[in-house]
Amino acid sequence: MIRVGVVVYPGTNCEHDVVEAVESFGATGELIWHTRTDLTACDAVIVPGGFAHGDYLRPGAIARFAPVTDAVAKFAADGGPVLGICNGFQVLTEAGLLPGALQKNRGLTFLCTTVGLRVETTRSVLTRTAVEGQVLRIPINHFEGNYTCSVATLHELRDGDRVVLRYEDNPNGSVDDIAGICNETGNVVGLMPHPERASHELLGSTDGRVLLEGFLSAAGAAGAGAAAQRWSVARG
Amino acid sequence: MARIRRRVTAFDVLVEVRLRPGIADPEGSTIERALPALGFSGITGVSVGKAFRLKVEAATADDAVARADELARRLLANPVIENATATVVP
Repeated sequence: MIRVGVVVYPGTNCEHDVVEAVESFGATGELIWHTRTDLTACDAVIVPGGFAHGDYLRPGAIARFAPVTDAVAKFAADGGPVLGICNGFQVLTEAGLLPGALQKNRGLTFLCTTVGLRVETTRSVLTRTAVEGQVLRIPINHFEGNYTCSVATLHELRDGDRVVLRYEDNPNGSVDDIAGICNETGNVVGLMPHPERASHELLGSTDGRVLLEGFLSAAGAAGAGAAAQRWSVARG
Repeated sequence: MARIRRRVTAFDVLVEVRLRPGIADPEGSTIERALPALGFSGITGVSVGKAFRLKVEAATADDAVARADELARRLLANPVIENATATVVP
């Protein structure tokens, strides 16, 4: 059975939705308090949405120094699949696991709506079972979702096939319509939209399932180490 | 045994964090656009950042600024989008 660690900082609020969603695939979700330092029992790690440490200073600025964030970085460096959703994406950028930063939305309004997302690559743990060009309807719920990075970083992302998802109709001013990116090896993905909120008919969309399914398949049943090895082989 | 006490002074340090040039500043431009309606003319270049006041123990003012700079670099600013300046203030 695939064990998914779901990181909980003080102020995280989407952890139960994420656990519910991954368990609907037969995986188990375990809440991981921010003081934990060992994730070796996990096959995959999700940093869910919310307001870690109240978003004080900047979203993710304090969470970056939490003990569990170091453990997530180590898990990622060992090739384990890591997914940051919304505030989790912000934490991963602050922690340096993903490049760039999330700024206030262009329109200075909190956005809570469902958007169209285009799958731009299948070379990430999140999109490996999706189809390139596929459009998914998934909710966003954020004030600081305006993805920003240097020109050099943007070139690296494009040239490295690391833009995972783009907005069909850019809601927040993100550079190059970016909704989600991955690291060089594709095992760490961050996105502002919430796939767990599009994981059941009752929620209005099941389009998030293909993403979560891909992520869990990357985790594999044999543990993160084996999954990571498979993953790096798959990417060549 | 009497301990040798080093003289340490606490300096008041102001750290200003601002968006780097070229980074969109929607708050700044929104405020700037509101100015004419309030009768303010001739004010441009509005940018929004953060200010932090710190008491920094250090031997000299330069040391205090250096410590505040380090803090700004590691925590107060996100170097991807922000610059920080530290100055000793009265």
